[in-house]
Amino acid sequence: MSTMNNPQIPLLEVRDLEVRYGNISALHGISFTVEKGEIVTLIGANGAGKTTTLHAITRLPPPEAPRLASGDILINGKSIIKTEPHDVVRKLHCALAPEGRHIFGNLTVTENLTLATFSRPKNDDLNKGYEHVFELFPRLAERRHQRSESLSGGEQQMLAVGRALMSGCTFLMLDEPSMGLAPLLMYDMFRALKKLNQEGMTILLIEQNAKLALDFAHRGYLLETGEIILSGNATELLKNPDIHKAYLGH
Amino acid sequence: MLETLLQNLLNALQWGSFYSLIALGYTLVYGVLRLINFAHGDIVMVGAYIAFFISSALLGKYGMPAFLPGWAVLALTIPLTMVLTSLVGVTLERVAYRPLRRKGANRLYVVITALMAGLILENGNLLVLGASRKKFPEMIDKVVYKFGSVYVTNLKIGVILTSILSFVVLHFIITKTKVGMAMRAISYDKFAVPLMGIPIDTVIVFTFVLGSAMAGLAGILFALSYPILDPYMGMSIGWKAFIAAVVGGIGDIRGAFVGGFILGMIEIMVVAFFPSSYRDLIAFSILLLILTIKPTGLFGVPHTTKI
Repeated sequence: MSTMNNPQIPLLEVRDLEVRYGNISALHGISFTVEKGEIVTLIGANGAGKTTTLHAITRLPPPEAPRLASGDILINGKSIIKTEPHDVVRKLHCALAPEGRHIFGNLTVTENLTLATFSRPKNDDLNKGYEHVFELFPRLAERRHQRSESLSGGEQQMLAVGRALMSGCTFLMLDEPSMGLAPLLMYDMFRALKKLNQEGMTILLIEQNAKLALDFAHRGYLLETGEIILSGNATELLKNPDIHKAYLGH
Repeated sequence: MLETLLQNLLNALQWGSFYSLIALGYTLVYGVLRLINFAHGDIVMVGAYIAFFISSALLGKYGMPAFLPGWAVLALTIPLTMVLTSLVGVTLERVAYRPLRRKGANRLYVVITALMAGLILENGNLLVLGASRKKFPEMIDKVVYKFGSVYVTNLKIGVILTSILSFVVLHFIITKTKVGMAMRAISYDKFAVPLMGIPIDTVIVFTFVLGSAMAGLAGILFALSYPILDPYMGMSIGWKAFIAAVVGGIGDIRGAFVGGFILGMIEIMVVAFFPSSYRDLIAFSILLLILTIKPTGLFGVPHTTKI
């Protein structure tokens, strides 16, 4: 199917996007793209509008997500402004592992994963999906029958990513996957994500840890108070003196 | 003495069955939406009336030909009533609760809406059908089984078995099926449910279908046992079932089931040993005591899973 895709059309295009929470403007017309197979990162400080951007793409209704004031969001060249949030996952195969994980703590690990297959066609081979997730995150396999509340923070993050994968996504959005993770677990997580990308997954990553994000991504955008002020190759951004001063701390 | 006790126990199980079936509906909707659906008792009343009209029609009233034996009429009335009553529940959700949810209304307003919806159902019925009571038709002949000096009717056995079976089916749906998982997931974290590709409204509608079907079933069983229908019949039993659900731990279906039977048991046992006018006073004093000792209800756990 990928051979039929026009290489000129990005998987995700955000065009002059302006969104509001009530009367407060949160994004003042940002534009960026994510090509198929890429890892792109949005970096920026707290309150810059990173999470808001992802929530706008998921099409979640207010109050969780902002109201769209102007601009457009396109997946494979088609506007998704009027798409229902569950259809963004089900039909367009874009999944979000949200900030704070939001796993269903009252369900077991397996139930969490199963739930994400809710809308997948009956003939999909789900066993492959479980195997894939357990191969990426072996810790989850060990804990598969546990209530997910009882997992550690890092394991919950793995579950959040695994759950997104089980939805059958081809485009994965990650909101602060490193948050609250011990360094070792964090490297495990990013190794797993790198592997996913090598298998063809397109990734949009949000991170406060700019160094980590830029080491991992192909391209990046720097968001500051609702505007994109810098963009470019990850390696170039890493060398950029402004980024160095503000986000890399030396 | 033992036989009196056994006889009362059977009566208690029958009353407990009504309370349990109704309490299950309260607890399902609360578990998923955190909404106390105060119209639920009146949905039971609507269910009883629907059953009344269906069975009357099938038995040859309103100019319809009567061609079915009584047991077949009952066998048809039960599923038809459950389907139609769930439609009423779904309509209520659609017309009254969903618009408020869309606007992100505070829960207080939704609860008040539920109270009003209940009053509308009661008084709408009063307007359409008048204040005269209806006599529910008899569809099956009463059979009395005698064990020593303990009497059991076929109806009593049927009511108790139906409520147990309903609970087993409901428990299976909630613990084993994907839609049941989705219901539990919504109760834990509503935000993340659409992110799983799950249409939240569909799951909510399904919840109302389940709860209202149970209410319809309770309506039929109640009308079969106490065959006089009036527009306010759902009010008192609805309130009591709600209290039973809270005592059991609202949001947990095991709690609703057990809570219903506890209330039935207390009520019947009070009447067995005290003047019957003391029934509610003593019954609710005991329930109050249970809540004082365990404010989250018997099966409730603070701040965690519901359903």
